Amino acid sequence: MDALINKRIKEVLKGDQNAFAEIVELFQDKLYRICYRMLGNQHEAEDIAQEAFVRAFINIHTFDTNRKFSTWLYRIGTNLCIDRIRKKKPDYYLDAEVVGTEGLNMYSQIASKEELPEQEVLKMEMQDRVQYEISRLPDKYRAVIVLKYMEDLPLQEISDILEMPLGTVKTRIHRGREALRKQLSNM
Amino acid sequence: MNNCPDHIVHYMHEHLDGDISREHELELQAHLTSCTTCQQHMNELSKVAVFVQSASHITAPSGFVEGVIARMPKETSQVGMKRWFHSHPLLTAAALFMILMSASLFSSFNDDQQFSFTKQPNIVVEGERVIVPAGETVNGDIVVKNGDLQIDGDVNGDVTVINGTQYTASTANVTGEIEEINQVFDWLWYKMKSITKEIMSSFDKAEK
Repeated sequence: MDALINKRIKEVLKGDQNAFAEIVELFQDKLYRICYRMLGNQHEAEDIAQEAFVRAFINIHTFDTNRKFSTWLYRIGTNLCIDRIRKKKPDYYLDAEVVGTEGLNMYSQIASKEELPEQEVLKMEMQDRVQYEISRLPDKYRAVIVLKYMEDLPLQEISDILEMPLGTVKTRIHRGREALRKQLSNM
Repeated sequence: MNNCPDHIVHYMHEHLDGDISREHELELQAHLTSCTTCQQHMNELSKVAVFVQSASHITAPSGFVEGVIARMPKETSQVGMKRWFHSHPLLTAAALFMILMSASLFSSFNDDQQFSFTKQPNIVVEGERVIVPAGETVNGDIVVKNGDLQIDGDVNGDVTVINGTQYTASTANVTGEIEEINQVFDWLWYKMKSITKEIMSSFDKAEK
Protein backbone atom coordinates (compact mmCIF):
# COMPACT_ATOMS: atom_id res chain seq x y z
CA MET A 1 0.00 0.00 0.00
CA ASP A 2 2.64 2.50 1.08
CA ALA A 3 4.88 1.49 -1.81
CA LEU A 4 2.03 2.05 -4.24
CA ILE A 5 1.24 5.45 -2.73
CA ASN A 6 4.87 6.52 -2.88
CA LYS A 7 5.05 5.47 -6.51
CA ARG A 8 1.98 7.56 -7.29
CA ILE A 9 3.40 10.50 -5.37
CA LYS A 10 6.58 10.38 -7.44
CA GLU A 11 4.44 10.51 -10.58
CA VAL A 12 2.51 13.46 -9.19
CA LEU A 13 5.80 15.21 -8.46
CA LYS A 14 6.73 14.73 -12.11
CA GLY A 15 3.57 16.63 -12.98
CA ASP A 16 1.12 13.81 -13.62
CA GLN A 17 -2.28 14.88 -12.32
CA ASN A 18 -3.88 11.56 -13.20
CA ALA A 19 -1.72 9.80 -10.62
CA PHE A 20 -3.16 12.10 -7.97
CA ALA A 21 -6.68 11.14 -8.99
CA GLU A 22 -5.78 7.56 -8.03
CA ILE A 23 -4.62 8.71 -4.61
CA VAL A 24 -7.91 10.56 -4.12
CA GLU A 25 -9.75 7.41 -5.15
CA LEU A 26 -7.94 5.41 -2.46
CA PHE A 27 -8.48 7.81 0.42
CA GLN A 28 -11.74 9.56 -0.42
CA ASP A 29 -13.97 7.44 1.82
CA LYS A 30 -11.77 7.65 4.88
CA LEU A 31 -11.14 11.36 4.67
CA TYR A 32 -14.76 12.16 3.86
CA ARG A 33 -15.89 10.06 6.83
CA ILE A 34 -13.58 11.88 9.23
CA CYS A 35 -14.78 15.24 7.95
CA TYR A 36 -18.41 14.19 8.13
CA ARG A 37 -18.06 13.00 11.73
CA MET A 38 -16.28 16.18 12.71
CA LEU A 39 -18.67 18.57 10.95
CA GLY A 40 -21.94 16.66 10.98
CA ASN A 41 -22.96 18.01 7.57
CA GLN A 42 -22.58 16.23 4.26
CA HIS A 43 -22.06 19.30 2.10
CA GLU A 44 -19.49 20.79 4.42
CA ALA A 45 -17.78 17.43 4.75
CA GLU A 46 -17.53 17.09 0.98
CA ASP A 47 -16.29 20.66 0.62
CA ILE A 48 -13.63 20.33 3.33
CA ALA A 49 -12.49 16.86 2.27
CA GLN A 50 -12.06 18.03 -1.32
CA GLU A 51 -10.24 21.12 -0.14
CA ALA A 52 -7.92 18.89 1.89
CA PHE A 53 -7.07 16.84 -1.20
CA VAL A 54 -6.42 19.99 -3.22
CA ARG A 55 -4.07 21.29 -0.52
CA ALA A 56 -2.33 17.94 -0.37
CA PHE A 57 -1.82 18.16 -4.11
CA ILE A 58 -0.44 21.69 -3.97
CA ASN A 59 1.92 20.85 -1.12
CA ILE A 60 2.83 17.33 -2.18
CA HIS A 61 6.50 18.33 -2.52
CA THR A 62 6.62 18.96 1.24
CA PHE A 63 5.51 15.40 2.02
CA ASP A 64 8.28 13.19 3.38
CA THR A 65 7.87 9.79 1.69
CA ASN A 66 9.48 8.04 4.67
CA ARG A 67 6.36 8.88 6.61
CA LYS A 68 2.84 7.64 6.32
CA PHE A 69 0.82 9.45 3.68
CA SER A 70 -2.51 8.89 5.46
CA THR A 71 -1.21 10.60 8.60
CA TRP A 72 -0.15 13.62 6.57
CA LEU A 73 -3.44 13.73 4.67
CA TYR A 74 -5.59 13.34 7.79
CA ARG A 75 -3.65 16.15 9.44
CA ILE A 76 -4.56 18.49 6.60
CA GLY A 77 -8.17 17.32 6.80
CA THR A 78 -8.60 17.57 10.55
CA ASN A 79 -6.93 20.99 10.64
CA LEU A 80 -9.35 22.26 8.01
CA CYS A 81 -12.29 20.80 9.95
CA ILE A 82 -11.18 22.37 13.21
CA ASP A 83 -10.71 25.72 11.46
CA ARG A 84 -14.16 25.43 9.94
CA ILE A 85 -15.77 24.59 13.29
CA ARG A 86 -14.02 27.48 15.04
CA LYS A 87 -14.74 30.27 12.59
CA LYS A 88 -18.01 29.06 11.29
CA LYS A 89 -19.56 32.03 9.63
CA PRO A 90 -23.15 31.96 8.50
CA ASP A 91 -23.21 32.04 4.72
CA TYR A 92 -26.93 32.65 4.62
CA TYR A 93 -29.18 35.09 6.42
CA LEU A 94 -31.02 33.64 9.33
CA ASP A 95 -33.84 36.11 8.80
CA ALA A 96 -34.51 34.90 5.28
CA GLU A 97 -37.80 33.12 4.92
CA VAL A 98 -37.49 29.45 4.05
CA VAL A 99 -38.72 28.76 0.54
CA GLY A 100 -42.07 27.02 0.51
CA THR A 101 -43.05 27.91 4.04
CA GLU A 102 -45.13 30.67 5.51
CA GLY A 103 -43.40 32.78 8.08
CA LEU A 104 -40.72 30.20 8.86
CA ASN A 105 -37.26 31.70 8.82
CA MET A 106 -33.84 30.09 8.99
CA TYR A 107 -33.85 30.30 12.79
CA SER A 108 -36.24 27.39 12.79
CA GLN A 109 -33.90 25.37 10.56
CA ILE A 110 -30.65 25.47 12.45
CA ALA A 111 -29.78 22.89 15.00
CA SER A 112 -30.30 24.58 18.29
CA LYS A 113 -27.26 25.14 20.47
CA GLU A 114 -29.45 24.13 23.39
CA GLU A 115 -29.82 20.47 24.09
CA LEU A 116 -32.71 18.83 22.35
CA PRO A 117 -35.60 17.79 24.56
CA GLU A 118 -34.99 14.29 25.85
CA GLN A 119 -37.98 12.74 24.11
CA GLU A 120 -36.73 14.14 20.78
CA VAL A 121 -33.34 12.52 21.32
CA LEU A 122 -34.91 9.19 22.17
CA LYS A 123 -36.92 9.25 18.95
CA MET A 124 -33.76 9.63 16.87
CA GLU A 125 -32.48 6.84 14.69
CA MET A 126 -29.36 5.25 16.08
CA GLN A 127 -27.15 6.70 13.34
CA ASP A 128 -28.41 10.23 13.86
CA ARG A 129 -28.01 9.77 17.57
CA VAL A 130 -24.33 8.90 17.28
CA GLN A 131 -23.70 11.91 15.08
CA TYR A 132 -25.72 14.14 17.40
CA GLU A 133 -23.82 13.07 20.49
CA ILE A 134 -20.48 13.56 18.77
CA SER A 135 -21.44 17.00 17.57
CA ARG A 136 -22.18 17.95 21.17
CA LEU A 137 -18.60 17.24 22.16
CA PRO A 138 -16.19 20.17 22.35
CA ASP A 139 -14.11 20.12 19.14
CA LYS A 140 -10.85 19.23 20.86
CA TYR A 141 -12.41 16.03 22.18
CA ARG A 142 -14.36 15.45 18.99
CA ALA A 143 -11.24 15.06 16.83
CA VAL A 144 -9.63 12.43 19.05
CA ILE A 145 -12.84 10.47 19.55
CA VAL A 146 -13.52 10.39 15.81
CA LEU A 147 -10.00 9.25 15.00
CA LYS A 148 -9.85 6.73 17.83
CA TYR A 149 -13.25 5.09 17.55
CA MET A 150 -14.46 5.72 14.04
CA GLU A 151 -11.19 5.24 12.23
CA ASP A 152 -9.72 2.86 14.78
CA LEU A 153 -6.34 4.57 14.60
CA PRO A 154 -3.58 3.80 17.12
CA LEU A 155 -2.98 6.50 19.73
CA GLN A 156 0.51 7.20 18.37
CA GLU A 157 -0.91 7.93 14.93
CA ILE A 158 -3.56 10.23 16.38
CA SER A 159 -0.79 12.07 18.15
CA ASP A 160 1.06 12.45 14.82
CA ILE A 161 -2.04 13.61 12.97
CA LEU A 162 -3.05 16.20 15.52
CA GLU A 163 0.57 17.13 16.25
CA MET A 164 0.15 16.90 19.98
CA PRO A 165 1.97 14.81 22.59
CA LEU A 166 0.73 11.28 23.21
CA GLY A 167 -0.17 12.27 26.78
CA THR A 168 -2.47 15.03 25.56
CA VAL A 169 -4.18 12.63 23.17
CA LYS A 170 -4.80 10.19 26.02
CA THR A 171 -6.14 12.90 28.30
CA ARG A 172 -8.49 14.14 25.61
CA ILE A 173 -9.76 10.68 24.84
CA HIS A 174 -10.40 10.10 28.54
CA ARG A 175 -12.26 13.38 28.86
CA GLY A 176 -14.15 12.83 25.63
CA ARG A 177 -15.16 9.38 26.82
CA GLU A 178 -16.32 10.77 30.16
CA ALA A 179 -18.28 13.52 28.39
CA LEU A 180 -19.99 10.96 26.16
CA ARG A 181 -20.70 8.77 29.17
CA LYS A 182 -22.55 11.66 30.82
CA GLN A 183 -24.40 12.46 27.60
CA LEU A 184 -25.50 8.85 27.25
CA SER A 185 -26.39 8.24 30.88
CA ASN A 186 -30.07 8.71 30.02
CA MET A 187 -30.05 5.87 27.51
CA MET B 1 -17.89 6.44 44.36
CA ASN B 2 -16.63 9.22 46.59
CA ASN B 3 -14.75 6.68 48.64
CA CYS B 4 -13.01 5.27 45.60
CA PRO B 5 -9.48 6.44 44.78
CA ASP B 6 -9.28 8.82 41.76
CA HIS B 7 -6.74 6.70 39.99
CA ILE B 8 -9.28 3.89 39.55
CA VAL B 9 -11.11 5.91 36.90
CA HIS B 10 -7.77 6.63 35.31
CA TYR B 11 -7.04 2.90 35.23
CA MET B 12 -10.39 2.35 33.54
CA HIS B 13 -9.33 4.60 30.70
CA GLU B 14 -5.95 2.94 30.51
CA HIS B 15 -7.77 -0.36 30.29
CA LEU B 16 -9.98 0.94 27.48
CA ASP B 17 -6.98 2.34 25.62
CA GLY B 18 -5.35 -1.05 25.94
CA ASP B 19 -2.16 0.25 27.49
CA ILE B 20 -2.66 -0.64 31.13
CA SER B 21 0.16 -2.23 33.10
CA ARG B 22 -0.21 -5.59 34.78
CA GLU B 23 -0.30 -4.14 38.33
CA HIS B 24 -2.87 -1.50 37.42
CA GLU B 25 -5.00 -4.12 35.72
CA LEU B 26 -4.98 -6.34 38.83
CA GLU B 27 -5.78 -3.41 41.11
CA LEU B 28 -8.63 -2.35 38.83
CA GLN B 29 -10.12 -5.83 38.67
CA ALA B 30 -9.89 -6.22 42.43
CA HIS B 31 -11.60 -2.89 42.95
CA LEU B 32 -14.37 -3.53 40.46
CA THR B 33 -15.40 -6.79 42.13
CA SER B 34 -15.88 -4.93 45.40
CA CYS B 35 -17.44 -1.65 44.20
CA THR B 36 -20.71 -1.56 42.29
CA THR B 37 -20.53 2.20 41.55
CA CYS B 38 -17.23 1.76 39.79
CA GLN B 39 -18.55 -1.31 38.04
CA GLN B 40 -21.35 0.77 36.59
CA HIS B 41 -18.93 3.55 35.64
CA MET B 42 -16.76 1.03 33.83
CA ASN B 43 -19.83 -0.40 32.15
CA GLU B 44 -20.96 2.98 30.91
CA LEU B 45 -17.52 3.79 29.55
CA SER B 46 -17.41 0.52 27.64
CA LYS B 47 -20.85 1.31 26.25
CA VAL B 48 -19.56 4.64 24.96
CA ALA B 49 -17.01 2.85 22.82
CA VAL B 50 -19.61 0.42 21.48
CA PHE B 51 -22.04 3.27 20.89
CA VAL B 52 -19.59 5.41 18.90
CA GLN B 53 -18.37 2.43 16.91
CA SER B 54 -21.92 1.55 15.93
CA ALA B 55 -21.84 4.50 13.52
CA SER B 56 -22.23 3.12 10.04
CA HIS B 57 -19.38 3.34 7.62
CA ILE B 58 -20.38 6.07 5.25
CA THR B 59 -18.69 6.53 1.90
CA ALA B 60 -17.80 9.62 -0.07
CA PRO B 61 -20.57 10.88 -2.38
CA SER B 62 -20.32 9.96 -6.04
CA GLY B 63 -18.43 12.46 -8.14
CA PHE B 64 -16.10 13.22 -5.26
CA VAL B 65 -12.91 12.54 -7.24
CA GLU B 66 -14.13 14.63 -10.19
CA GLY B 67 -14.88 17.43 -7.75
CA VAL B 68 -11.33 17.35 -6.43
CA ILE B 69 -9.87 17.40 -9.93
CA ALA B 70 -12.06 20.32 -10.91
CA ARG B 71 -10.74 22.26 -7.92
CA MET B 72 -7.11 21.38 -8.51
CA PRO B 73 -4.97 24.13 -9.97
CA LYS B 74 -4.52 23.73 -13.70
CA GLU B 75 -1.27 22.06 -14.67
CA THR B 76 1.40 24.61 -15.23
CA SER B 77 1.83 25.26 -18.94
CA GLN B 78 5.41 24.07 -18.49
CA VAL B 79 4.30 20.57 -17.54
CA GLY B 80 1.66 20.47 -20.25
CA MET B 81 4.18 21.58 -22.84
CA LYS B 82 6.74 19.06 -21.65
CA ARG B 83 4.21 16.25 -21.98
CA TRP B 84 3.23 17.47 -25.44
CA PHE B 85 6.87 17.63 -26.53
CA HIS B 86 7.41 14.08 -25.31
CA SER B 87 4.48 12.72 -27.26
CA HIS B 88 5.11 14.69 -30.50
CA PRO B 89 8.87 14.86 -31.10
CA LEU B 90 8.57 15.48 -34.85
CA LEU B 91 6.06 18.28 -34.48
CA THR B 92 8.26 19.77 -31.78
CA ALA B 93 11.21 19.84 -34.14
CA ALA B 94 9.06 21.38 -36.87
CA ALA B 95 7.67 24.00 -34.49
CA LEU B 96 11.14 24.88 -33.26
CA PHE B 97 12.32 25.26 -36.84
CA MET B 98 9.38 27.54 -37.66
CA ILE B 99 10.02 29.69 -34.61
CA LEU B 100 13.68 30.17 -35.50
CA MET B 101 12.86 30.85 -39.14
CA SER B 102 10.19 33.42 -38.38
CA ALA B 103 12.48 35.06 -35.84
CA SER B 104 15.14 35.53 -38.48
CA LEU B 105 12.55 36.91 -40.91
CA PHE B 106 11.21 39.38 -38.38
CA SER B 107 14.62 40.54 -37.37
CA SER B 108 15.57 41.08 -41.00
CA PHE B 109 12.40 43.13 -41.42
CA ASN B 110 13.32 45.30 -38.47
CA ASP B 111 17.00 45.56 -39.34
CA ASP B 112 16.38 46.63 -42.94
CA GLN B 113 15.59 50.22 -42.18
CA GLN B 114 18.06 51.54 -44.77
CA PHE B 115 17.02 53.10 -48.01
CA SER B 116 18.02 50.82 -50.83
CA PHE B 117 16.93 50.09 -54.37
CA THR B 118 17.72 47.89 -57.33
CA LYS B 119 20.48 49.39 -59.40
CA GLN B 120 19.20 49.92 -62.91
CA PRO B 121 20.65 52.14 -65.60
CA ASN B 122 18.72 55.30 -66.44
CA ILE B 123 16.93 55.77 -63.07
CA VAL B 124 17.30 58.95 -61.05
CA VAL B 125 17.58 59.14 -57.26
CA GLU B 126 16.51 62.27 -55.37
CA GLY B 127 16.99 61.90 -51.62
CA GLU B 128 14.92 58.86 -50.66
CA ARG B 129 12.95 58.86 -53.87
CA VAL B 130 13.68 56.78 -56.93
CA ILE B 131 12.41 58.22 -60.20
CA VAL B 132 12.01 56.53 -63.53
CA PRO B 133 12.10 59.64 -65.75
CA ALA B 134 9.56 60.16 -68.52
CA GLY B 135 10.62 58.74 -71.84
CA GLU B 136 13.07 56.29 -70.25
CA THR B 137 12.55 52.52 -70.28
CA VAL B 138 13.87 50.27 -67.51
CA ASN B 139 14.37 46.67 -68.53
CA GLY B 140 14.07 44.52 -65.40
CA ASP B 141 12.44 44.54 -61.93
CA ILE B 142 12.71 47.45 -59.52
CA VAL B 143 12.68 46.96 -55.74
CA VAL B 144 12.78 50.01 -53.47
CA LYS B 145 13.18 49.62 -49.71
CA ASN B 146 12.38 52.38 -47.21
CA GLY B 147 11.80 54.94 -49.92
CA ASP B 148 9.29 56.11 -52.50
CA LEU B 149 9.19 55.25 -56.15
CA GLN B 150 7.91 57.58 -58.82
CA ILE B 151 7.32 56.12 -62.25
CA ASP B 152 6.97 58.55 -65.13
CA GLY B 153 8.47 56.28 -67.84
CA ASP B 154 8.17 52.60 -68.74
CA VAL B 155 9.22 49.55 -66.71
CA ASN B 156 9.55 46.15 -68.36
CA GLY B 157 9.24 44.11 -65.18
CA ASP B 158 7.76 43.96 -61.65
CA VAL B 159 7.75 46.92 -59.30
CA THR B 160 7.94 46.40 -55.51
CA VAL B 161 8.01 49.12 -52.87
CA ILE B 162 8.74 48.14 -49.26
CA ASN B 163 7.96 50.64 -46.52
CA GLY B 164 7.21 53.38 -48.99
CA THR B 165 4.79 54.61 -51.54
CA GLN B 166 4.88 54.31 -55.26
CA TYR B 167 3.49 56.99 -57.55
CA THR B 168 2.61 56.13 -61.10
CA ALA B 169 2.16 58.92 -63.63
CA SER B 170 -0.45 58.61 -66.39
CA THR B 171 2.38 58.33 -68.92
CA ALA B 172 3.86 55.38 -67.01
CA ASN B 173 3.75 51.87 -68.33
CA VAL B 174 4.63 48.89 -66.12
CA THR B 175 4.48 45.51 -67.77
CA GLY B 176 4.79 43.45 -64.55
CA GLU B 177 3.08 43.55 -61.15
CA ILE B 178 3.07 46.61 -58.90
CA GLU B 179 3.28 45.88 -55.17
CA GLU B 180 3.48 47.99 -52.02
CA ILE B 181 4.56 46.26 -48.81
CA ASN B 182 4.07 48.14 -45.52
CA GLN B 183 2.99 45.48 -43.06
CA VAL B 184 4.93 42.75 -41.38
CA PHE B 185 2.66 40.11 -42.84
CA ASP B 186 2.90 41.52 -46.32
CA TRP B 187 6.63 41.45 -45.78
CA LEU B 188 6.53 37.84 -44.70
CA TRP B 189 4.39 36.91 -47.65
CA TYR B 190 6.79 38.71 -49.95
CA LYS B 191 9.77 36.97 -48.34
CA MET B 192 8.17 33.56 -48.71
CA LYS B 193 7.25 34.25 -52.31
CA SER B 194 10.75 35.34 -53.17
CA ILE B 195 12.23 32.30 -51.40
CA THR B 196 9.99 29.92 -53.36
CA LYS B 197 10.79 31.80 -56.53
CA GLU B 198 14.49 31.37 -55.83
CA ILE B 199 14.04 27.68 -55.11
CA MET B 200 11.96 27.23 -58.26
CA SER B 201 14.52 29.06 -60.38
CA SER B 202 17.35 26.95 -58.94
CA PHE B 203 15.32 23.86 -59.85
CA ASP B 204 14.85 25.26 -63.35
CA LYS B 205 18.58 25.79 -63.58
CA ALA B 206 19.23 22.27 -62.37
CA GLU B 207 16.92 20.91 -65.04
CA LYS B 208 18.71 22.85 -67.71
